[in-house]
Amino acid sequence: MIQFTNVSMIYPGGNKALQDIDLSIEKGEMVYISGRSGAGKSTLLRLINLIDRHTRGQIVIKGQNLERIKSKRISLFRRNIGFIFQDHKLLNDRTIFDNVALPLVIAGNTHQDIKRRVQASLDKVGLLSKINSYPMELSSGERQRIGFARAVVHRPSILLADEPTGNLDPALSWEIMKLFEQFNQVGVTVMIASHEIDMIRHMQKRIIILNEGRVINAS
Amino acid sequence: MVIGIALAFPAGFIVFLDNVSAVSSSLNNTVELNLFLDMEVNEKQATALKDRLATHNDIKETILIKNDEALSEYKKLSGFDNVLDALDENPFPHLILVKPEFNNVVDTKVTRLVNELIEIPEVENIQYDSKWINRLVKIIDIVKLVVLILSALLVTAVLLIIGNTIRLSIYNNRDEIEITKLFGGSDSFIQRPFLYSGFWYGVFGSFVAWLLVIVSISILDAPIKKLSGLYETSFQLSGLGIANTLFLFGIGIFLGLIGSWISVKRHLSSIEP
Repeated sequence: MIQFTNVSMIYPGGNKALQDIDLSIEKGEMVYISGRSGAGKSTLLRLINLIDRHTRGQIVIKGQNLERIKSKRISLFRRNIGFIFQDHKLLNDRTIFDNVALPLVIAGNTHQDIKRRVQASLDKVGLLSKINSYPMELSSGERQRIGFARAVVHRPSILLADEPTGNLDPALSWEIMKLFEQFNQVGVTVMIASHEIDMIRHMQKRIIILNEGRVINAS
Repeated sequence: MVIGIALAFPAGFIVFLDNVSAVSSSLNNTVELNLFLDMEVNEKQATALKDRLATHNDIKETILIKNDEALSEYKKLSGFDNVLDALDENPFPHLILVKPEFNNVVDTKVTRLVNELIEIPEVENIQYDSKWINRLVKIIDIVKLVVLILSALLVTAVLLIIGNTIRLSIYNNRDEIEITKLFGGSDSFIQRPFLYSGFWYGVFGSFVAWLLVIVSISILDAPIKKLSGLYETSFQLSGLGIANTLFLFGIGIFLGLIGSWISVKRHLSSIEP
């Protein structure tokens, strides 16, 4: 499903974000990527979503070599991926409905379908009652759940999350992690970057540990 | 509003040119050659010559103004009745007004016809006002060129204004563009609302320009009527008309779309997640 072969990523300034990464993540697997700040967790996810391009090696996702995907095709590729950000990246001048509907609008779904799917997605994260609210009216935990609803509303085959519980208390973090688990149970490949090693150990899933851009444990 | 004002100038120029062209063509269309006949030519000979000229291929119409008609008209106009009555002979020759087939006074055919007519023995002299009309037409040609250059500059200004407005709009929506790209929004999907904005800038800009021109014409109409009255002409200021109005809106929309398209192409690629 996701295959990294000898992948390195060096930023233009010369910062070696990732070095000689060899990784294999199976379809429907749920994987945590952990490590200290600056270890390369976010870069790894950014390479998968083609936000950044790797400088060496090969990344193959669902049989597609990412090197061969031209700039014009990136948008289509990203429609198969859901992304959850630590800072939520919600549009504050849009309602929750509009925020969650965004991937469906981009994909060109019908209005009826969008309405139905957004409601289902918000119901899943327990925030259907907030459908007409604005992000600024919600708590940080609620905003993260909205981010989750938006990431899964278009039923992606891969779900990526970059520090999704970074600003949340342990109870809310646990709640969010359970949502990921539920989503993974329906066959979606989930990759979560998190530095909260104690919490993710409790999830009993594979943990890939990075240090200074290298994989030090992938068991 | 700025787009409207910038578009109003070329639109106003179009109206100006239309009206000036109307004036110049009406002047051109009144080509008349005054053939003053020799004093020895009598009325019968003059009538025969008039009839002969009427059959000429390049002549549309001939009118004979007999010397006694000319005298009585002059008496009326000048008020020198007594003086003129004292004369033994009529001092006016017979006159044939010749209207050529071609209407443009600057046409070389007119000169050729004049050269041909002056060779007729009965014709003493030919008068026609070509020089000043010729000059006027040349001046109008230069004015047209100046107006064209100014219009091109103003159209470029409109393009830049729209482009800059869209650029600001792109930067104001930076977060939205970034998030849309993250969730698979293609460039064309992101471009679309900005192109719609450009379209509406064009429509509203054209409407404001149209309104400004209409108001200006209605303000100028009465004084121009008065002026044309003083010259004993019935010149009437014409407006934009349907064709020019459609052209104005077409140009406005085209500039809106092109301006926004160029701006979006230039600035969108700089916003990446």
